[in-house]
Amino acid sequence: MNMSRNPSWERKDLLGLKELSAEEISLVLSTAESFKEVIGRPIKKVPALRGKTIVNLFYEPSTRTRISFEIAAKRLSADVINIATETSSVRKGETLIDTGRNIEALKVDMIVMRHSYSGAAVMLARHVGASVVNAGDGWHEHPTQALLDIFTLKEKLGRMEGIHVAIVGDIAHSRVARSDIWGLTKLGARVTVCAPPMLIPPCIGEMGVSVTQDIQEALAEADAVNVLRMQFERDSGDAFPQQLEYFKNFGITEERLKKAKKNIIVMHPGPINRGIEMSSEVADGANSVILEQVTNGIAVRMAVLFLVSQAAENRKARRTKSAKTESQVLAPGSLIGAPANSLLGKPVNT
Amino acid sequence: MDILIKNGHLIDPAASVDAVADILVKDGVIAGIGTGIQEGAQKIIDASGKVVLPGLVDMHVHLREPGREDKETVATGTKAAVKGGVTSVLAMPNTTPAIDSPEHLRMFQDIVRKTASSHVFAAAAITKGRAGAELTDFAALKAEGALAVTDDGSSVDDDALMEEAFRLAKKCGLLVICHCEDKRLSQKGVINLGLMSTELGLRGIPKEAEYHRVERDLNLAAKTGCLVHIAHVSCRESVDLIAAAKKRGQPVTAETAPHYLIFTDEALETYDPNFKMNPPLRAKADRDALRQAVKDGVIDTVASDHAPHTESEKDIEFDHAEFGVTGLETECASLASEFIASDQMTWMELARLLSSAPAKILGIDKGKLEAGRCADIVVVDPGREWVVTKAGFASKSNNSPFLGRRLKGAVECTICAGKIAYTSKKNFS
Repeated sequence: MNMSRNPSWERKDLLGLKELSAEEISLVLSTAESFKEVIGRPIKKVPALRGKTIVNLFYEPSTRTRISFEIAAKRLSADVINIATETSSVRKGETLIDTGRNIEALKVDMIVMRHSYSGAAVMLARHVGASVVNAGDGWHEHPTQALLDIFTLKEKLGRMEGIHVAIVGDIAHSRVARSDIWGLTKLGARVTVCAPPMLIPPCIGEMGVSVTQDIQEALAEADAVNVLRMQFERDSGDAFPQQLEYFKNFGITEERLKKAKKNIIVMHPGPINRGIEMSSEVADGANSVILEQVTNGIAVRMAVLFLVSQAAENRKARRTKSAKTESQVLAPGSLIGAPANSLLGKPVNT
Repeated sequence: MDILIKNGHLIDPAASVDAVADILVKDGVIAGIGTGIQEGAQKIIDASGKVVLPGLVDMHVHLREPGREDKETVATGTKAAVKGGVTSVLAMPNTTPAIDSPEHLRMFQDIVRKTASSHVFAAAAITKGRAGAELTDFAALKAEGALAVTDDGSSVDDDALMEEAFRLAKKCGLLVICHCEDKRLSQKGVINLGLMSTELGLRGIPKEAEYHRVERDLNLAAKTGCLVHIAHVSCRESVDLIAAAKKRGQPVTAETAPHYLIFTDEALETYDPNFKMNPPLRAKADRDALRQAVKDGVIDTVASDHAPHTESEKDIEFDHAEFGVTGLETECASLASEFIASDQMTWMELARLLSSAPAKILGIDKGKLEAGRCADIVVVDPGREWVVTKAGFASKSNNSPFLGRRLKGAVECTICAGKIAYTSKKNFS
């Protein structure tokens, strides 16, 4: 592939960052930049997905991710339907595949799914023609969260290559950690994960990260620290640290940040447990970008919804192009470039 | 019906036969083996260019009947067997009800008599209801025809009870087949514990769950002097333990399955439940150790662990999908395409692994091509390629890890007890 050109997005689904190339991640980021400008306008709506229907299928309680996707879809003029359901009785009643096929039969274009089981989005995507965007599956991946983390970092630091990011907390059960690791390492960032031993999954080092149990060591060279939510309410039966002990050994405090780089960026996917993962002073302090992450989440999710909606056309364009080799066909990137700009250009009122 | 198989390449590991010859089948038995047999027969099979093996013996098969006829029945399971060249199966006792009493065994044998297309031998449960608490009546089960005892699907956790089982099995002349799994270690795991379980965010099953139990069972068997067979070996450490026991002279045999020899846990990348089985697919180092163990004879036989499940039990969230894959129809072809096509194995070795070795372990008069014996014969076209499809299965279920794969080596004809039990139509009309 010619790397000097913009790549075009050809994936029907966004299931995780593991399968994305650095170019595809960069494409999401640059598309999100345009959308970030849109959501800063007085009239924040563009017609890019007018006439498209998106279902938010949430099998696990989630407020912020669901709302973020909903706002993103509405800013793009898509019709949005929210379905919240329980997974506790997956073996009774309708199967996930049946649910997916039924939703598809309603002529839905995209399904944004949150599910408590790893691999659920992959399975759904295999069985439906609609685009599937993974809004978090079990411990596996949460690609849009990682993309907004990366977007925020890039906005703050201006680059990704060579930066050092520490991820602190429950790595073992975190889909955010996994997606962050894939995305950050693909873009050339160095990653250190830090947690008590029971929360470090086996062979994590083979994913290209450093591992430490010493929070100060993790923070020492970090340009940013992503602090994961500790789910003490989890009742999986797995070993888990005590809250106070955790804060004492791993909590992010001003005192600990004093020994880190002066401008270290503090991130958190939310919701924060104040006094457990980090002190209130840090959460609200000058280094924190936590609320900016929330805003950026909308831009990134708009980009993702927009890109997957273009995938079929882009695949078709490439096939046409390879069919007539020398003829004048739109450059792959132009499907993003030209129509996107024209769509972004004029706000619509509905 | 008399059958003459002409000009096939005969492979008989039991008698070290490896030559082109004819086989005449009369009245259910092999009437003669030789070159240029002129005798007429109602059915003549031209086997030139084909390999002719003793019917395969698969000592690890779940036929699901009685109890789960939606997954498989004796009728469909044995049709699948002969389609895969397998003429003898050892049926596992984890049915509903379990084969844990002479009455249940008789009930099962009655189904076999009425509906089976292949020979079916029975293993009985070690404990009543496979609950791990109370031993079954080994002597009565043996008298009723059970060849082995096993709680396959589970391991007997109680050491003292297992020791008693070994002692009793030795006394009764029953083989003990061990499903080695310490549930306290495997817990809620669904795939091998390692990089893949971390990447996929799935709970892992550590290898210790298997090999700690292999070690215990080898020790108890040695202490009681009982024959022991270790089922579905999946990891290097188990291989090492079995090798050491054999070196000490302990009477132990072991099996692995084609999937452990061919795939690794990297196959789980797409969360395809057709790669979910127990024990799980392990890392490359384990697969390589198993391949070596098969070569060295540390692992004696390859069995399918044919475990049919319905689509609605498989095509669901990975955590909830049933463990197990089908294998009767692909075991011969998958091994042939993986190892014979790449010159890592000969047909002689395959015939030993899939026929003469398991027959010897079970003490049954199978796995040989010899005049006067029951005519269980399989004709394989070593060059024919075929694609594994759902529609192609004789089994009721199609949860195969080989779906969509092209295999080289196809069963052309299976003769079981002198009758043509399967033909791939086009060549043998």
